[in-house]
Amino acid sequence: MVQALGHITVEVMRDLGRCGWFLLYSTYMIFRRPGSLVHVLKQIRFIGTKSLFVIVLTAAFTGMVLGLQGYYTLTKFGSEGMLGTAVALSLIRELGPVLAALMVTGRAGSAITAEIGIMRITEQIDALETMALDPFKYLVTPKFIAAMISLPLLCAIFDVIGIYGGWLVGVKLLGVNPGAYFYEMEKSVVWRDVYSGFVKSFSFGVIIAWIGCYKGYYAGHGAEGVSKATTESVVLTSVIILVWDYFLTSVLL
Amino acid sequence: MITLRNVHKSFGSQKVLDGLDLHIPAGKITAIIGPSGEGKSVLLKHLIGLLQPDSGSVEVDGESIINLRRSELNRIREKFGMLFQNVALFDSMTVYENVAFPLEEKTSLSKDAIRGKVTAALEDVGLKNTGHKYPDELSGGMKKRVGLARAVVPNPKIILFDEPTTGLDPIIKRAIHQLIKDTHAKFGFTAVIVSHEIPEIFDVAQHVAVLFRGKILEYGTPEEIQESAHPAIRQFISGSLDGPIQMA
Repeated sequence: MVQALGHITVEVMRDLGRCGWFLLYSTYMIFRRPGSLVHVLKQIRFIGTKSLFVIVLTAAFTGMVLGLQGYYTLTKFGSEGMLGTAVALSLIRELGPVLAALMVTGRAGSAITAEIGIMRITEQIDALETMALDPFKYLVTPKFIAAMISLPLLCAIFDVIGIYGGWLVGVKLLGVNPGAYFYEMEKSVVWRDVYSGFVKSFSFGVIIAWIGCYKGYYAGHGAEGVSKATTESVVLTSVIILVWDYFLTSVLL
Repeated sequence: MITLRNVHKSFGSQKVLDGLDLHIPAGKITAIIGPSGEGKSVLLKHLIGLLQPDSGSVEVDGESIINLRRSELNRIREKFGMLFQNVALFDSMTVYENVAFPLEEKTSLSKDAIRGKVTAALEDVGLKNTGHKYPDELSGGMKKRVGLARAVVPNPKIILFDEPTTGLDPIIKRAIHQLIKDTHAKFGFTAVIVSHEIPEIFDVAQHVAVLFRGKILEYGTPEEIQESAHPAIRQFISGSLDGPIQMA
């Protein structure tokens, strides 16, 4: 029993150390060998452009729900004119970065793990190494760079679409004054709010690439190993995003 | 050229290499044969630093490759090409891109020069018109030949073949063996082949090492190995069920 517990502890500590080393080495490689522009652009297309549809859809409905809920709450205080502010601040400071990151985790993070995991079990990563080429340059750093660029942009799109979703419900369906919706928003949202949202989404991009690549790079044997790595990647990335979001919010508030 | 001394390697409680000594001569084809699960692929991966021994030494051209920095190891790996057991072609690239990849990444050759070399390499392996295809559109034998072209095209000093004919029909097997002999004669590289193909491998190799229970049981010319009196080697060559080699 004690031996088993010790064994598990050693395994967990080794995994944590390896995971930390993976992030440090990836960061070092971003500056040392960032990979070709073509590889980075391909990854931006995959992580960013191809996530647009799901981001727009999620953002529209999130904004619409915020419009409905916000209106319901604010009318109790006779402050429905503040609906624009409520929707915009909720999206820009919190929901935009977090929901965009969770959507990208589900769509692209899992695919990153599966792609690298399959390359691991079919010895394609070993093949790169035997050619005296660093697999990080081809497989990891382009994904890091792409995620760090794509996530803030997707977050910005999420915010804008969400705000218009709230406008659609609040102004067009529930009759909130359109001038008040945007005027109050403009008065309340400051640069610090936007900045904190971008800092969050940038760091979430790092987390998605980090865990996605790490889990794939050290995937276990066979199809089951890749499947397990993919599941772990999505769950772990989502949890880290939510925990990290709390810490960042407490710092950036 | 490649020397292994007293190499030990275990995975958990399973001992795979147990004080193995082997010298692989330059410019020759050396085959490593032995029963399945005896660690032949593990041994091959030690030669190129994909695996590190628990103890012992591995030297390539007199230089140790143990615990080197990545950049140092890569400098030594420049000398190698490798054909993997499962070929390990990059499945998101076409055949042409696979073969061109090491040249594009490691040389400063012009696109035209690369095209010329890749076309010649694909012609050598009899796959002149398959450059546009993806690996999953190819048969097992064709994949092996693409893998061979990719391993040969940078003109390495040493090429490692991990079971290059496993799972292929007898005609394709013979064709692959002939291709290895022909390319070896043309380029003069040092070849190390891990193989189960008895007796065909004796026609290909100039030296044969028999791996059994983590050690090199015998090393010699194909004729010497075929005439060996060791019961395990006799059993392995004859394919008999009776003898010191037991199925796991």
